[in-house]
Order: sequence, then structure tokens, then C-alpha cells
Amino acid sequence: MANYTLRVRRHKPETDDRGPAGPYWEDFRVSLDPTLSVLDGLLQAKDRQDGSLAVRCSCRAAICGSCGVKVNGQSTLACKTQIGEAQSGANRVTEGRHAARASRPGSEPIVVEPMGNMPVIKDLVTDMESTHWAKMRQVTPWLLNDGEPPEREHVVPHEAMVDITQTISCIQCGACVSSCLSMEASPEFIGPAALAKAYRFVGDPRDAQAKERLYELAQDPHGIYDCTHCFSCIDACPKGVAPMDQIMRLRRLAGNDHEIDDQNNGHRHEQAFVKIIESKGTLDESLLLQESFAPGVKGKLVPRPSAIKGLLESIPTAVRGIRTGKMRSLSKLIPGVHPKLPGDSQENVKKIYERAEESRVQFNLYISGTDKEMAENEDTSESAEEATTV
Amino acid sequence: MKLAYWPGCVSRGFTTELHGSMALVAEELGIELETLDRANCCGAGVIAEHNQELADTLNARTFALAQETGLAMMNICSTCQGAMSECQERLDASAAYRKHINEALSGEGLEYVAGKDGFTNKNFLWLLVEDIGLETLRSKVKRPLEGLRVGPFYGCYVLRPKARLGYDEHPERDLYLEQVIDAVGGQVVDYDGARKCCGFPVITMNRETSLTQAGTHVGDAIDSGADCLVTPCPLCHLNLDLQQPEAAKVVGRDLGLAVLHLPQLIGLALGFEPKQLGMQRHIASTERVVERLTGANV
Repeated sequence: MANYTLRVRRHKPETDDRGPAGPYWEDFRVSLDPTLSVLDGLLQAKDRQDGSLAVRCSCRAAICGSCGVKVNGQSTLACKTQIGEAQSGANRVTEGRHAARASRPGSEPIVVEPMGNMPVIKDLVTDMESTHWAKMRQVTPWLLNDGEPPEREHVVPHEAMVDITQTISCIQCGACVSSCLSMEASPEFIGPAALAKAYRFVGDPRDAQAKERLYELAQDPHGIYDCTHCFSCIDACPKGVAPMDQIMRLRRLAGNDHEIDDQNNGHRHEQAFVKIIESKGTLDESLLLQESFAPGVKGKLVPRPSAIKGLLESIPTAVRGIRTGKMRSLSKLIPGVHPKLPGDSQENVKKIYERAEESRVQFNLYISGTDKEMAENEDTSESAEEATTV
Repeated sequence: MKLAYWPGCVSRGFTTELHGSMALVAEELGIELETLDRANCCGAGVIAEHNQELADTLNARTFALAQETGLAMMNICSTCQGAMSECQERLDASAAYRKHINEALSGEGLEYVAGKDGFTNKNFLWLLVEDIGLETLRSKVKRPLEGLRVGPFYGCYVLRPKARLGYDEHPERDLYLEQVIDAVGGQVVDYDGARKCCGFPVITMNRETSLTQAGTHVGDAIDSGADCLVTPCPLCHLNLDLQQPEAAKVVGRDLGLAVLHLPQLIGLALGFEPKQLGMQRHIASTERVVERLTGANV
């Protein structure tokens, strides 16, 4: 048993004698085994100190996805976070920031807040409907297949289903939505959970609307190209869904497999970047800017009004860059002047392109596992066999 | 200490002051840099988004070039670190996949060897704290940055995902900027945006989202009393500094906060002049930083 302080962000919207209580912090001292969870700590505080403390939970085993909260700023499940580890996390931040000062181990409160990017209903309970579920419905989260239903079940190749197992693992807890830094700046962003769900159907061979789904997600100003690639959702997800990786797979399919030329310039930007490295080896920033918005005369694409607007919007920034000397050289001013890699290096980069564009292998660690894991599994099965033999 | 050096694209493009300051600071810290001038762009996540195998092969090529020198490798860009670590994770995971990728490098006589003795790929921030050490850094400070209030800005690619970026072995990597600011005598400013996203990856796709992010973080740092920000990522620098006047319009408030590259902050403490470190090239004025330091030295 050990003692912990849970510093809980409380919010009681209901009116009592003192009127509605806006957000405030309240400390609860709890006493439990370090291997028990932050949820166990919260439930103890609710049981012994204040029955009005609101927290949503059910299975307590990281299966139901009800108890999403932020612990020390990190979106997670309260039931999947050991309280002892949360304590180390809280101490580490204080000690690490003041490395020079004497540390005070064990004295920092564990900070527990409701999930972010969602309205708070009460204390640690958020309104999942207005953000999470509404966005989930935006991606049509059910199978859309063509023609008459088969007489018996659909037969699907094993590999095709393995491909989408990662997204199927989602338990709808909302931790990724809570952590999403794009959504913080752009509340309309469809977001990590719903986009991971979109991949679940785009990647399903029984779904006949993959291209239509991708088209909508690419064209939407708050679709796949509104993700800033910050990895927050990957660290927040308690089930290894890696929503950002699924968003990147959606982009790969939309841009490359279906050549969807979206109005957000997502595909053009990617194409421009890829082309520049093939011909120059390193990034020619001015060419990237020009090509992203208005592909040159050799390109087949014609700039659209939104692209011209984008290019015009970047002019004041360029002027400032020239004034301070950031862009005061020919290679930075004129797209295309940027030098190639020396010797035969550029030629070698081109060869890498030819081969990789032909084979396009996708290696997903979640599915394949690592050599190390495989070896460990073999060890385990061997010892299991031995155990049976004995 | 001799290192294979990958400066990245942006440090030699729109933020040459970063490349220049790194050269000065390296010499002062006793680091000899062997630039990998044949190496290619890391792909910044964009090439991986287009074709994962292509990104993995391009970065395997850079690692192989570094391994050819027999030296550990250093980069000076959070984005390079993140994009390269992502590819390295896949390359290290499977001998069969690595073999497939190495076949593409064999024509050039190159091979990436997983776990090769002495090979690491670390950005300057990690290297500074883990290999040079905060005590050594402290001992080399000629001009303590007393009175300078500095807000750290990490960049996503050296923070997340933790499992990939060596946080099991080095759990304090998300606190190094604070430790470095402290070591050079500056005052750490806590503000909301230190570990958030600068918005750069979507600047050409969703300008509003991108500049709202940059503007909000710069504004939060100003409200918390910062004299400047410091970042180990040149792409964050582009959004926080180069785009700052545009970000100010989007968030509808006055900004005007200097954003230093990590080697510039170290360079100031090691006694270099702001001009030697290219601080006049910034968009957001660095005058306040200079004033603070001059004041502190009087």
C-alpha cells in the first residue's frame, strides 16, 4: 500500500446552494497498492470521500473504453494506467525540469483531467456525442457493398482481413480524439478515431465504395489532409490502433492508387515533394512551394483558383524572407536552381525510386511483428511444448 | 568527438543560420563533423506517405553512408530524427525486409547493418545531453544567459511516438530542452505549447489550421513572459518565425517573439555574437534577446 494525491479537475454544472461550480482543482488522498490503477484510486476517492465525484467506467480491464481521461496531461484509459507509474510520471516531470534542484520524490500530485477536445458534462465525464460519435457517423461506419447479398457469408481472403485488424482493435474510448492537436486548432477536423474507422472500410475488400469514401475524405477541408502528423494519437491509443498511420494509408490510397487530385493540394504537395527529391536529392523549398500550388509547364495539372490564392498568400512571407536574407540567393529565389547530389549519387537515388515505385512494399509492424518478437514467441511455444511433454 | 553529420535540407535552405551556428558551436564543444554530402532528404514523412518502401530505402542509404564512415551520426532537425527513426524501426525489425531494402543499395556498394557497433542516429539535443553532458556544457559557458526567459519548443518528431524514439532507455528526452536552458543559465518558461505541434506539415494544405497552431503557441509563450523560444527543429522554426506575421493575422493578436535555433542559444552562451549566429536573418526580431544579454553583461 502507498499513499497518493490525485489532483482532479472538477466541474459541477448543476446548480446547488452556492450556484454552479465552474472548473476547479481538488486534491484527494488515496491509499492503494502501486500496481492498482488510477481508476481504482478515483473510485476509492468517490467511495470514501466524495460520492459526487463523477467518472465513467465499466469493465476496468481496458476493453469497454469508458474511462478515457488525461493523466499528467496524457490522454489514456484510467483503468490501464497503474497508479504507481502515474506517480513516477508526475515526479519525473518536476525532477527533470529542475535537474539542478533537490528532488522531492513521491510528493507530486497525480493530475487527472477530463478528456480534451470535448465538452465536459461533469468532472471527468465528457460529452462523447457531440465530437466523437458525430464525427464517427461522418465516415459512414458500416459496410457498403454492391449487388445482391450472397446466399451464404462473404468469403474474404485472410490477408485482406489481417490488413484491417489494427483498425478493428479500436474500442471507441476517444483518447486519440482527446489528444488530437489538429482538432485543438481545427475543431471541424474529422479526427483520428473516425479516420481510422474509415480505413477499416476502405481496406475491406467487401466494401464497394472505397474510391467514393476516399474522394470525400480527400476533398473535405477537414478530412485526411487536415492531420498535422503530430503522432499524439499514436501515443494516446491504448489498443495500438495508431490512427495517424491509418490516415497516412488513406492518403497513400487516395493520392497514389486513385490519383484523387484534392482541392486541399494534399496530393499535389506530396507529388511535388516526391518529384523534387527524385531529381535533386535534397529539398528545393521554393520549387516545392511553386509545384505544390501550380505545377510547372511540364506537369499535366492546371492550377485552380484555390491554388493561385495559396501561392499569392505565400508572397508576403517570401518578401520578408528576401528582406532579412533568409531567401537571398538564386537557389532560394528561383525554383529549380537548387543543386543536385554530387557524383553519381543522384543517379543512384533515381534507381532507388525506380525499384521502390515498382514494388511498393508496405511493412506493418503491428501485423508482421519483429524478428525479436517471433523468436520470443518460438521460445514460449517451445517451453509450452516442453511443459506438455513433462 | 567525431561524428557523421546529416544537416538535412532546411538547415541549408531557408534556415542557413542554423547550419552556420551548428558549425561554430560544434567546434567550441569539441565535435568534429564529417558532413554526409552524398546523402539524400529523409522524406519528412511525406515520402513515406507516398510510398513507404521508397522512404525506407532512401533513409537506409543515408544510414549506410554514415556507417561507411565508421562514426555515429548526428542530425540537427527534429523532423529528420522522427522520419529517420520511423524507417529505422522497420529496417531493424526484420532481417528479410532489410535484405530486400539493401538489395537496392548494393549497386552503390552500400549496406545498412542493423545494430552495427557504435552506430546511432541522434539529433543535436539528444547528443548534447547524453553524450557531451550537461556538466561539460555548463563548464564551457562564457556568457551565462542570466535573465533570459526561454520557452522550449520541441517539435513532435522528437517527442512521439515514445516507443519508437528511445524513451524506454532515455525517459527524460522530453525534458532535455528545459535542462539545457537551465545549464546555460537561462530561465525556463512553462507555457502550454512546448510539446504541441507547430502546424508546419499542413501549411500548404490547411493554412488556417497550421497558422492557428503556430500563432496560439507563440501567443501562449508571450503571455507566460517569454523573451524567446528555442527549438531543435528548423521546420518548427519556419512556422513559428518565418510565418509569425501571418500567424498573428490568423489568431488576431500582436505577436513578435524571437524563435532561436538550439545551436544559436548554445552559441550565445558560448560567447558568440548574435550576428555570427545569423540572428539578424530571423523574421521575428531578436533584439529583445540581445538587449537582455547586453543588460546581463553590464
